[in-house]
Amino acid sequence: MEKTLSVTAINNGTVIDHIPAGQAITILRLLKLVDHKNQVTIGLNLSGNRGFKDLIKMENRYLTDREMHEIAIFAPNATINTIKDFKVIKKHKALLPESVIDIMRCPNPRCVTQNEPLKTCFDLYKHNEIIKLRCKYCEKTFLREEVKEYVA
Amino acid sequence: MSNHFYDRDLISISELSQSEISLILDTAKKIKQSPKKNLLQGKILASCFFEASTRTRLSFEAAMLKLGGGVCGFSDAGSTSAKKGESLYDSIKVITAYADVIVLRHPQEGAARMAAEVSNKPIINAGDGSNQHPSQTLLDLYTIYECQGRLDDLHIAFVGDLKYGRTVHSLSQACAAYNTKYYFVSPDILKMPEYICDYLSSKGMNYSIHSNINEIIDQVDILYITRLQKERFDEAEFKQIQGKYSLTAEMLREVKPNMRVMHPLPRVDEIEVAVDRTKHAYYFEQAENGLYVREALLALILNKELF
Repeated sequence: MEKTLSVTAINNGTVIDHIPAGQAITILRLLKLVDHKNQVTIGLNLSGNRGFKDLIKMENRYLTDREMHEIAIFAPNATINTIKDFKVIKKHKALLPESVIDIMRCPNPRCVTQNEPLKTCFDLYKHNEIIKLRCKYCEKTFLREEVKEYVA
Repeated sequence: MSNHFYDRDLISISELSQSEISLILDTAKKIKQSPKKNLLQGKILASCFFEASTRTRLSFEAAMLKLGGGVCGFSDAGSTSAKKGESLYDSIKVITAYADVIVLRHPQEGAARMAAEVSNKPIINAGDGSNQHPSQTLLDLYTIYECQGRLDDLHIAFVGDLKYGRTVHSLSQACAAYNTKYYFVSPDILKMPEYICDYLSSKGMNYSIHSNINEIIDQVDILYITRLQKERFDEAEFKQIQGKYSLTAEMLREVKPNMRVMHPLPRVDEIEVAVDRTKHAYYFEQAENGLYVREALLALILNKELF
């Protein structure tokens, strides 16, 4: 039987694989890919070995270390492949950053970041494989799912 | 000797090392024994209380005056430009120009951290919402040290509102440096938050959870009682649970001789007045110690040299 690709291959750029289903749109926003002038292909709810996943392919777009860290907040098991001439020349695992600045909104309604002109800042850590975020200002700790990102 | 507290902020108890806490407690002890009358002459403390306070505000202001310094400030947000809509950011920028140190109480959690980023003068957090109140924690530690002769290896029960009480959160975190055995006594809806329990577990501390003071009263060195807020319960429910978290003189018959009762105050009816007349009551000494600990903080933050 002829095998077809669900998502078309790219010549040069980056492929982010193993994104938890539903998180690709968040990562598109995070990387501001809507404004990216080159081709971006996304796959949502693709079936993979570990259940459903999302995938993003970006033509001529490469990620900084900081961006790779930030992706790990939303997709801790993502793999980031750098592509050249249709071949994977580098494979990275997304690594959780120690902190994130001005990406997430503190869910605590009494936190000073809700009312003052401040950039939010969270320290990140894993406890029993669960990602937790601690607000630098109100010092409250939240599960990753409880903290929403700023909408760009 | 040079003093590395000079010009520093005090925002959160977690930022202080064990040796730094010891220095503050030792300084408080020296000041209690021998007052330092003119140490801060010519210095000004801005006492900025955007929320009501009795003990904290008055003891900070008294501490500054006893050290020879001056005080300016306000005791509620209604008399400031916050009422006209001024941001805290702008208020702090302005106040910074008038004072040598700013003591800040504010209902927003993280307000003191933000103020420290905005101001080039030292900020002392005097309570930011339900978050931190580090000078209360230091005076609690000082009081425990004073009445027990040590901080290590003590059995401490925290009783009452453990969910919303910033005092018990900060003190329980600080005690993790001293191999404390914890007993948490509260109604289920006001139990110690998970993040505090996680923190204590990560530090290898032992804690147990109880629903009645009588279960643990004969095992502890310190009984740290906090106020149950009536408004968190319906009336029938409050009447039912109230007795389990209140202390009477009668209950003290079988306790350890060294056991002391602490309370951050104000109390309502969680400690019977008859307890005041027993040797176990230590909450008024605790409130008095607030003065010496706050004098110590101001002395360390505003003086280049240790004394």
